[in-house]
Amino acid sequence: MQIVARHLDKITIFDISGDIDLATSPQLRKAVLREFKELRTPRVVLNLKTVRYIDSSGVASLVEALKASRDVGSRFVLFGLNTTVREVLQLSKLVKIFEIYENEDQAVAV
Amino acid sequence: MLLRMELQSDPEMLCAVRGALAHLAERLGFPDEDCRAIVLAVDEALTNIIRHTYRGHTESPIQAEVRRITLDEDGLRGDALEIVLQDEGPAVDPEKLCGRALEDVRPGGLGLHFIRQSMDRVEFRRRNDRNQLRLVKLLRKKEPPKGS
Repeated sequence: MQIVARHLDKITIFDISGDIDLATSPQLRKAVLREFKELRTPRVVLNLKTVRYIDSSGVASLVEALKASRDVGSRFVLFGLNTTVREVLQLSKLVKIFEIYENEDQAVAV
Repeated sequence: MLLRMELQSDPEMLCAVRGALAHLAERLGFPDEDCRAIVLAVDEALTNIIRHTYRGHTESPIQAEVRRITLDEDGLRGDALEIVLQDEGPAVDPEKLCGRALEDVRPGGLGLHFIRQSMDRVEFRRRNDRNQLRLVKLLRKKEPPKGS
């Protein structure tokens, strides 16, 4: 998995590629939690377009990030979910709790 | 026997196992959706062994055997893929293999739910001082393209 951070006004966008699993999810968790807990970034956006795979440890990291965003009054936004990622989120029955958009324009818009 | 893997409990190996299983399931004719389900279930099962049975130790043994079988159990009949995972960790308490209610939104505890949702049979047993998890997926052939 690779994570590349971009900044747009007060929004941090993480472009994530590869597999989010037990080996890599701690890296994602650390990067996103830092944005909320230390930097108090008002909105963090995950670009999941090129994520090939996500497992329960990856979903757990997303849930933890969402909770951290709520704790500090920030927004945690996802976009670009492919079939594999969407299926796993639907299987977890957690797809409804996330703010999900089709593309980046929508994800960074007000 | 289609495939036998002697693995170490290192999360870095998960990617290679997923790749091997995805390729095998596709070659056997499983629809894409079922290929993804098989990969997810085995990945989650291995993750559980690494995290909970071996508590993060990265050099403990895990054995994976994959077979094509003809299933005839409890009303489930047909060609199927059977994956048996074995570890040498302490006995797992079956009470802890129930998963959790999904209404409780919190990180963790989703793996067992994913496994049960993805496979047609999920059986756990303790044999010869080993934990043994048997996962079975019935082979539902791909639908032919419309118009053919």
